[in-house]
Amino acid sequence: MPWTRQHLLTLEELSLAEINQIHATAAAFKRTLTRSVKKVPALRGKTIVNLFLEPSTRTRMAFDMAAKRLSADVISLDGSSSSTTKGETLRDTAQNIQALQADMIVLRHSAAGAPLYLSRILHIPVINAGDGAHEHPTQGLLDTFTMKEHLGKLKGRKVVILGDILFSRVARSNIHALTKMGAAVTLVGPSTLVPHWFTDLGVQVSHDLKSALADAEVVMLLRIQHERQASGHFPSLGEYTGMFGLNKTRASWLNPKAIIMHPGPINRGVEIDSELADGERSVILEQVTNGIAIRMAVLYLCSGGQPENVYSGSDPN
Amino acid sequence: MPTLWIRSARVIDPASKRNGVDDLFVVHGKFVPSLSAAAKKEAQVIDAKGLVACPGLVDIHVHFREPGQTHKETIGTGARAAAAGGFTTVVCMPNTAPVADNAGTIQFINDAARRDAVVKVLPTGCITVGMKGAALAPFGSLKRAGVVALTDDGECVQSNEIMRRACEYAKMFGLPIMDHCQDAALTQGSVMNEGTISTRLGLRGWPHAAEDIIVARNVILSEYTGAHIHMQHISSRYSVGIIRRAKTRGVKITAEATPHHLALTEDALGTYDTNFKMNPPLRTEADRRALIAGLRDGTLDCISTDHAPHTDYEKDKEFDYAPNGILGLETSLAVSLDVLVRRSKFQLSQVIDLMTRQPSRILGLPAGTLATGAAADVCLFDPNESWIYDAKAGFSKSSNSPWHGAKLTGRVKTTIVDGRVVFADGKIVA
Repeated sequence: MPWTRQHLLTLEELSLAEINQIHATAAAFKRTLTRSVKKVPALRGKTIVNLFLEPSTRTRMAFDMAAKRLSADVISLDGSSSSTTKGETLRDTAQNIQALQADMIVLRHSAAGAPLYLSRILHIPVINAGDGAHEHPTQGLLDTFTMKEHLGKLKGRKVVILGDILFSRVARSNIHALTKMGAAVTLVGPSTLVPHWFTDLGVQVSHDLKSALADAEVVMLLRIQHERQASGHFPSLGEYTGMFGLNKTRASWLNPKAIIMHPGPINRGVEIDSELADGERSVILEQVTNGIAIRMAVLYLCSGGQPENVYSGSDPN
Repeated sequence: MPTLWIRSARVIDPASKRNGVDDLFVVHGKFVPSLSAAAKKEAQVIDAKGLVACPGLVDIHVHFREPGQTHKETIGTGARAAAAGGFTTVVCMPNTAPVADNAGTIQFINDAARRDAVVKVLPTGCITVGMKGAALAPFGSLKRAGVVALTDDGECVQSNEIMRRACEYAKMFGLPIMDHCQDAALTQGSVMNEGTISTRLGLRGWPHAAEDIIVARNVILSEYTGAHIHMQHISSRYSVGIIRRAKTRGVKITAEATPHHLALTEDALGTYDTNFKMNPPLRTEADRRALIAGLRDGTLDCISTDHAPHTDYEKDKEFDYAPNGILGLETSLAVSLDVLVRRSKFQLSQVIDLMTRQPSRILGLPAGTLATGAAADVCLFDPNESWIYDAKAGFSKSSNSPWHGAKLTGRVKTTIVDGRVVFADGKIVA
């Protein structure tokens, strides 16, 4: 099946086959990451603009790295240096980037739907690098890729996503990918941050950590932002940690082979005990490495590359 | 001013209980029962065969953006859009720049209306100074300047104490208070209805509870002070229930629904189209049905558009950043006919009632009737003609409509204000 999408906007709109295609392509690219010469010529001569209108470290560096590994030229713009601070609209900024002959835009934006909006204006590919509380598709792809590396097929696997689900684009993208892959997803956290509406997305909602973690094979933690305290979503970071922080005792409720994930940045001692973050079940840094391969795959496919042309090695998935 | 003879129309006027094929006669801008044979010879004849003739439509909730935001709309362009939609009387909201919280600004609006408007444009004044919710605006001088009601539309008065005093003080002048019912703390940063769809789209939700709480507050304050409070653009089924129960007790409240809340739901927001972004937001199918039931049993008193023009470049933005509001005047009749008559089995006369007699009654306006002696404001429309609405070719200065490009059924053919044809055959003729 050829890859036909120009943009990557959401995981909600992708089919399972498309997710698997990205994963297979990423697996092939991942093998190139450990070679002594890490660059492949796939996007030589192309220019990719990372338009990051909201702060980001990991995602931006991974996109940057991925584009360079593909031999593309990369220009990164952030909110403070772009003309949006002078009142230029997103439409105008993006049209200028297109007029400068960029071949692709990677957009991080605080407003949900902004990548879809741009995709309707521009004729070059738009890659969503996180839009508000909506989606973060490459994060969902790298998370499920990492899960597959450890667990094999995800059908029927018990996955817990724990933390601030309400404001999390990472949670939403993972929910869409995991439900398509047949995983049994449970969202856990304080009732203010895990509203019951999520059950309409095909997942379970729980506020009881013990029963939710029982025999789970994956627990994905999300960062707890102290701003939510001021907005009344929970009383204090201390109370959050007391009720929902992952510690050794609670980790013992998990399936013995369970992996612990976190999209970063981590608040050590808040949502996760420091030693668990560094422990042998933690795959947090593997997620970061896989993030390069996933973004290479996405940049490659959305610029017109086809999965079968990447690399001749066999697909471990 | 010519004598008018509107021939063979299907005359529907709930105010004077007329519903049948008949002629209408106008002399000196007022309806008369008949014309002499000689007068008939001289009269301007409008052949209205196959058309409905009803009182000129009345909209008690429009934003004409003048003074201060005339890039969006002016009193002149807004009035043309009104005429094209069959409206002959509109009540404009005071959230202009500056806001209409003083007699001078009201005078400015009245002057512009007299100079530029082809329909009757009536002003409202603010409840509070600067619409800031803190200190009462000078109701007395606003009334002398000609306001027909008081409202901080768009900025619901949050302080119960200020609202209570506003009720007491407004009652002394016989001025109704129109309230945009929204608890501000519950809706910080919100851009759409709170629920499954906002959860899926990652947009900040506006819970209906924020409307319900203020509706309940207003019921209590109206009952306590005896003031008339009119609840604007009701969107929540719970609010409909609160209003229904209060009316059973005889509380002096009235309420309106907009065509968009009657016709559309939050399901339309899947692609972040900002022409579906308004405040209060589109809600669920259950809410939509409750609004229709509310209009049917009189819980909700009238249809108002909340006509809210914004330019293309203002609306063409990320969903979070686009302003709230859509156009309404040129599509209100067709959309209301579709939702209420064709899909909900209302009588045509009921819908006309909700757009003529009822809104006039709420604010005590001398409008909304074809009775002898009344101002000859008429809307002639073909209830069966289908047409494609092109918002960009419309009469409003803006084109932010969710119905742009839609096929609508029910088309205004002629609009008459004080016996003068102001709109006919798709053109403003005044």
